[in-house]
Amino acid sequence: MDIYLPIAEMSVNVILVLGLGGGVGFLSGLFGVGGGFLMTPLLIFIGIPPAVAVATEANQIVASSVSGVLAHWRRGNVDFKMGVVLLVGGFAGSSAGVWLFTVLRDLGQIDLVIKLSFVVFLGIIGLLMLVESLQAMMRRHKTAPPHKVKRSWLDRLPLKMRFRRSRLYISVLLPILVGFVVGLLAAIMGVGGGFIMVPAMIYLLGMPTAVVVGTSLFQVIFVTANVTLLQSITNQTVDVVLALLLLFGGVVGAQFGARAGALLHGDQLRSLLALMVLIVCGKLAFDLVVTPDDVYSLGGVVSH
Amino acid sequence: MARSLLRLLALLIVLVVAASGTARADLVADLSQHLVAITTGFSGTKVLLFGTTGGMGDVVVVVRGPENTEVVRRKARKAGIWVNDAEMVFEGVPSYYAVAASRPLDEFLPERVARREEIGIRNLRVTPPVDAEPQEFDAFRAALIRNKQKAKLYSVEPERISFLGNRLFRTDMHFPANAPVGTYIVRVFLVHDGEVIGANITPLVVSKIGFEAGVFDFAHRHSLAYGVLAILIAVVAGWSASVAFHKD
Repeated sequence: MDIYLPIAEMSVNVILVLGLGGGVGFLSGLFGVGGGFLMTPLLIFIGIPPAVAVATEANQIVASSVSGVLAHWRRGNVDFKMGVVLLVGGFAGSSAGVWLFTVLRDLGQIDLVIKLSFVVFLGIIGLLMLVESLQAMMRRHKTAPPHKVKRSWLDRLPLKMRFRRSRLYISVLLPILVGFVVGLLAAIMGVGGGFIMVPAMIYLLGMPTAVVVGTSLFQVIFVTANVTLLQSITNQTVDVVLALLLLFGGVVGAQFGARAGALLHGDQLRSLLALMVLIVCGKLAFDLVVTPDDVYSLGGVVSH
Repeated sequence: MARSLLRLLALLIVLVVAASGTARADLVADLSQHLVAITTGFSGTKVLLFGTTGGMGDVVVVVRGPENTEVVRRKARKAGIWVNDAEMVFEGVPSYYAVAASRPLDEFLPERVARREEIGIRNLRVTPPVDAEPQEFDAFRAALIRNKQKAKLYSVEPERISFLGNRLFRTDMHFPANAPVGTYIVRVFLVHDGEVIGANITPLVVSKIGFEAGVFDFAHRHSLAYGVLAILIAVVAGWSASVAFHKD
């Protein structure tokens, strides 16, 4: 059964898209990740134009982050003050990102930049996770030494602010910078950026792990909403029909994933996720390196 | 737009002259439908073209989609990866081009007629950009046609037109799911003794209809409102999912 996507201007199999949404939703429930970093490349693999995949996935992440943040909010695990400071950077970063996206699209390089960004970030994150989870598996019965963060020069930055829920007294410049970088990536790669935001919050800002995910989700809502809005205005690449299909599959899949996640060990889960991230990364890298069937391609109709 | 109108006008004059010169030009042709509607379930369609001739000659059909500006890009290997490197912009390229004929073209259609009427993919006129080198132009033109064929928007070989008896003919014209919207021109030629003795022009409109058209128009005309609505839908969907699956 095929459905015509009005913005992507192509027809796709409904079952395939629902399955993708469900599959990635299952994984995001299983691993507690957003899934944008898997969904955007998968959409590109099935032939959705990268520009549409990125903008539409940002729209879907708005929904999954809303439903995610509510659960954390009920448990009081959202540092709203920190979230707002991150957002200052996030709005600037994602706006700059959409502008950069448009410039790159006109230059004919956007597909390359999207794919390269994924290869670089998926590669780094995948490897780090794999190493970390394997080490954790080997020393499961020993108690891990507490992580000591050295932040001497970071502590000397000006404009300090107190974040009571995170029990931090740090310069606002740092979270603003983190928010900016993640916002930029969200706009260009169509991801929420949780997979970069969460490590940055723990290791760079020194936030307690309990509030990290909730706070990250909180700011992701607004950053991806900003991306959705700006992409709609400048590039008209948000396909609501596609977003709704992905959403529906994702919501259902996430519920099953969360239940399945309870049956597995945390470090086993992380190593599985790491492997999957590396597979997607490998496929993207392979496509960039291997000689294409045709070195010529159509760049799409020029809009005037 | 003005260009294609001029082209149409010129063609009409040619046809009127051709028709008045030959009394035998009794060619009648029509389509089973004049509107291809792109709706939610659209995954490509075919339109039946049928007609009659006076009993002699061969029939050729040429379908051209609305004209566009197309960019063709060429990748080159840089630092190990394939990067878009050179590009060429073509103005006034038909977005769709298909040919159907009652016999292989070279058996009945002289080259000069084929070239004049742009019948057959190699006779499709593509204007080179002003600064294009001839060799580069040839490579990019070939790439344009090859990629259009891959997207099923240009025909590779002419489709068959079949005759029922010696007057009645019919052929199926295929429009893929990615068929561009706009007005298509379907031209039917009756060729006898190496000359066009009759011709017929029928427009065919490919258009998004109903929900699909609404979404597309909304996204392009009121993009701010579209963006806001997309966000609202996502927020409501996310919130209701959280409520629906909340176990307390």
